Amino acid sequence: MVPITTLHYLVVAAALFVLGTIGVLTRRNVVIVLMSIELILNAVNLNLVAFSRMWGNLHGQIFAIFIVVDAAAEAAVGLGILIAFFRNRETTNVDEIDLLKW
Amino acid sequence: MNPTINMAAAPVATPVFFYGLAAAAIISGLLVITRRNAVHSALALIVTLLSVAGLYLMLYAPFVAGVQIIVYAGGIMVLFLFVIMLVNIERASKERQFNRMWPVGLAASCALLALFLGAFAKGKALLPDRMIPIAEGSNTQEIATQLYGEVLGNGQYRLGQYTFAFEIASLLLLVAILGAVIMTKKKI
Repeated sequence: MVPITTLHYLVVAAALFVLGTIGVLTRRNVVIVLMSIELILNAVNLNLVAFSRMWGNLHGQIFAIFIVVDAAAEAAVGLGILIAFFRNRETTNVDEIDLLKW
Repeated sequence: MNPTINMAAAPVATPVFFYGLAAAAIISGLLVITRRNAVHSALALIVTLLSVAGLYLMLYAPFVAGVQIIVYAGGIMVLFLFVIMLVNIERASKERQFNRMWPVGLAASCALLALFLGAFAKGKALLPDRMIPIAEGSNTQEIATQLYGEVLGNGQYRLGQYTFAFEIASLLLLVAILGAVIMTKKKI
C-alpha cells in the first residue's frame, strides 16, 4: 500500500474545493450557496494544515484557525443579509435578487 | 528532500482511516450541493466538517480539529439551521433547484479540477514522498504561545508571533456581531 503523503490530502482538498465551486455556480437557493462557500473554506483549511504537517511548523495551523474565525463572522453577516432580504421579497432564490440589474 | 521512515513499523490502519474519512468528506460534499431540501444539505455539511476534523487529527493538528468541531460544526452550522428554519424553505424545495446556466458552471468547475490535477502532476517532485515522523509535543501549548505570548521566568511577558492578528480577529468578530444584529432589525 502506498504511504499517505501530502499529495493525498491536497487531492481531497482540491475535490472539496471543486464541489464547493459547483455549488456556488449552479444552485439557486441562497442558503445552499453559502454552505458551498463554507465547503471552499474547509478545502483551503485542509490544504493549509497538510502543508503545515509537511513543513513541520505551526504557521499553517494558526492560519487555519484564523480562517475558521473569519468564516464564522462571514456566515453570520451573510445570513443576516439573507434574512433582511427574505423579509422584503419572500424568496430565497439567487435569480430573483435582481434589483440592480439593468 | 526525501526523508524515509521504516515502512515495516508504519501503522497499518492509517490508509484505512484516511480513505474512509476522505470518502466521507467527498461524498457528503456531493450531498451538500445536490440535495433539494436545505436541511439535508446542512446535515451533510456537518458530516463533511466532522470528516475534515478527523483528517486534521491525522495531520497531527488536534487544536485545529477541536476548533473545527466546536466553532464550525457546533456554531456556524447551528446558525445555518436556525436561519433555514426562519426562512421558510418549504416552498423553495418544490421549485427548480439548479439555475439555467448549470452546464456552464459545471464545465468551468471541471476545468478548475483539471487545472488542480495538472498542477499536482507537475509539482509532484517538490513534495516529499514520505511523511517525517513528528516529535510529540504539546500542540495546543505551542499554538497558545504563538497566539497569546508567554510568561518568561522573571516576571516578564513576551508577545507571541500572532498576538496582533489574534486581537484583530476578535475585533472582526465584534464587527460581525454588530453587523448581524443591525442587519436583522426591523427598524434601524
